Amino acid sequence: MNTIDLTALSRRRLFSPRAWTALLVCTLLIACLPLANLLLEPAHPLYVSSYAVSLIGKFMCFALAALALDLVWGYAGILSLGHGLFFALGGYAHGMYLMRHLGEQGESRMPGFMTFLSWQDYPWFWAFTEYAAWAWFLVVAVPGVLAFLFGYFAFRSRIKGVYFSIITQALTYAAMLLFFRNETGFGGNNGFTAFRRILGFDITSPSTRAALFWVTLLALVLALILARSVTQSKLGRVLMAIRDSESRLRFIGYDPLGFKLFVWTLSAVLCGIAGALYVPQVGIINPGEMSPQNSIEMVIWVATGGRGTLIGPIVGAATVNGLKTWFTGAFPEYWLYVLGLLFVLVTLFLPQGIVGLIRSVAQRKKGVDA
Amino acid sequence: MSRFTSTPFDPDRSSGGTVSYGRISAPGVDTTHGAILYLDGITVSFDGFKALNNLSLDIGVGELRCIIGPNGAGKTTMMDVITGKTRPTSGTAFFGQNIDLALLNEAQIADAGIGRKFQRPTVFEAHSVFDNLMLAMKANKGVRRTLFARLGTEHIDRIAQTLQTIRLTHEAARPAGRLSHGQKQWLEIGMLLMQEPQLLLLDEPVAGMTDAETARTGELLNELRGKHSMVVVEHDMDFVTQIAGTGKVTVLHEGGVLAEGSMRHVQSDARVIEVYLGR
Repeated sequence: MNTIDLTALSRRRLFSPRAWTALLVCTLLIACLPLANLLLEPAHPLYVSSYAVSLIGKFMCFALAALALDLVWGYAGILSLGHGLFFALGGYAHGMYLMRHLGEQGESRMPGFMTFLSWQDYPWFWAFTEYAAWAWFLVVAVPGVLAFLFGYFAFRSRIKGVYFSIITQALTYAAMLLFFRNETGFGGNNGFTAFRRILGFDITSPSTRAALFWVTLLALVLALILARSVTQSKLGRVLMAIRDSESRLRFIGYDPLGFKLFVWTLSAVLCGIAGALYVPQVGIINPGEMSPQNSIEMVIWVATGGRGTLIGPIVGAATVNGLKTWFTGAFPEYWLYVLGLLFVLVTLFLPQGIVGLIRSVAQRKKGVDA
Repeated sequence: MSRFTSTPFDPDRSSGGTVSYGRISAPGVDTTHGAILYLDGITVSFDGFKALNNLSLDIGVGELRCIIGPNGAGKTTMMDVITGKTRPTSGTAFFGQNIDLALLNEAQIADAGIGRKFQRPTVFEAHSVFDNLMLAMKANKGVRRTLFARLGTEHIDRIAQTLQTIRLTHEAARPAGRLSHGQKQWLEIGMLLMQEPQLLLLDEPVAGMTDAETARTGELLNELRGKHSMVVVEHDMDFVTQIAGTGKVTVLHEGGVLAEGSMRHVQSDARVIEVYLGR
C-alpha cells in the first residue's frame, strides 16, 4: 500500500491537465489580440488598437523578465536587485543589429552618435552585428557570460543575502554609468532609437508588430515550460533546499556553487531574451533601463504576483504595469508613492502575492465543500 | 562521478584485517587497519582560545562510540573538524587511513561517507518528508545529473525502507516543517542513512525529546549498531548508559580526552566525577 503511495509522491507532473488547458486557452486568447487589430475595422466592437497590442507585447517582455527573476529569487532565494542589467544587455545586443540597418531600405548607415564622435569605422565589438544570427547569439551570450563570471566569484566567496543584493545593485549602477559615456560606443544617454527594419521588414508596420507580439508570446510560454521543468526536477528541490538551508545541503553532499551558477545564468539569459524582444517593440533602448529603480520594480512585480510560483510573476508584471500605465496617465506625480505603498502592503498582507491569495481562497472553499 | 564509493561493512575485517604491504589501494575509504577515523593531535584555536587542545582519538569500524563532556569541552568543534566546517590549527584528521579530511570541503567529505546530524534538527522544512530523504539519497550530486535525475523503483523502495526504520511512513507526504521535534530528529537520522555513510556523527540526538521519543531513538541507534560506525555526542547520561552498553565512552574536557573506557569505568573515574559533579 505504501509503495503505491510513494510512487505517486515521487512522480512530478510538469502541469496538471487543468493547468495545461488554462495555459493553452490563455495563450490562444492572447494570440488573437493582434489578429483583432489587423483584421477588424477600428469601428468594430472587438477591435484592438495598435497601442494596446504594443503595450501588451511590452508587458509580456516584463513578464518574461519577472519569470526569470522568480527562478533565482523565489526558488534559490537569491535576491537580485540588478536584473535590469541583463534585460538591458539583451536589449542592447539586439539594438546593435537594428542600428546596423538604419537606411531607408534597411541598408547600413553609420549611426549619428558615431559620426558625431568622428569615428570612421565601427568599434571592434560591433563586428558582425549586421547579421541577425550573431546579434541574437550575443543576446544570449553577453548576459549569460557576465552572469556566469559574476556569479562564480560571488557564490564561490559565499556572498549571500543582502550583501549579494547590494552588489548586484552596484553592478547595474556601474554599468549604467559606463553606458552613459558617449565613448563607450552605445550612443551615450540617448542609447539606440529610430530603428527602421528588422530582417528586412518595416519595424513600424502592424504586421511586423503582430509578428513580434507572437514571438514574444511564444518565448514567454516556452520559458514558463522550461522554468517549470527545472523547478519540478530534482534540481528544483535542491534549489529550494539552498533557499531554506544552504549549509545543511552541503552536509548531505551537494556543492551549492554549481546549482546557484546554473540557475543564476539561466535566469540572466532569459532576462536578456526579454530585453531583446522589448527593444524592437518599444523602439528605444538607453542606459535608463539599467537604473537601479528598474531592477527594484522587477522585484515588486515578482512579490506582487507571488514569488516561487512562476505564474505569479507573470500575473504580477501584468498587474503592476497595468496600474502603472493607468496611473502615470491619470496622476503621473503619485506613481512612485503608489508603487512603494503597493510593495509595503503586499509584503505585510500578501506574503505569497496574488497567486498565494487565490490559492488560499480556493483551499478554503475546498475545505468548506469537504 | 562519485569519488568515493562505499564498501559494505565487513565484520571479518572489523578486528583489524590482514596487514599487508604494497597492496593496491581501494577506491573508497581504506579501513584495513580497523579504524574508520583517526584524529591525531588536533588543535583548534579561536583567537588564542583553544577549543580543541591536542586531541587524539580513533574510532573503530562498526563501533558505536559515545562522547560526553561538560559544556565547552570541544565536542561540537570536534564534529566541525571532522566534517570540514572548521579547519584545525594543527594536527591531522584521517577518514580510514587514506582520506585526509584537510584536503576536502564539506560536500566532498559528505560524499566520501561521513554523515552528520546537527544538534538542532535541520531538515528542509518546505520539502515533504519524502523529498528530504530523496535529496539525501546517495547519488551523483553534480548539477547535470541532478537536473536529469529520475527516481527508479529501487530508489523508492530504499526510501520506503528508511521511512519504516525512522517510523515516518505515514508522514511521507507532510512538509518536514510540520513534524514534531522528535520526528524531525528521526527524519534527520533517516537522511543520514540515505547517504549510506560509513561513519555517522550524531550531535545530541535526543536533545529536547520526550522520554518516549528518547527511548525510541535509543532503539533506533541500537538497530543501526554494527551496520554503521557511529559517534554520538550526548549530555543525557541515562541515554548514554542505554546505548553505550559495553562499548567505549570517551570523556572530553577542555579540548582533550580526559578519560576513555566503558561507561562503568568512566563513571567511577575520579577526574570525571570532579569535572561533572565536583563543583
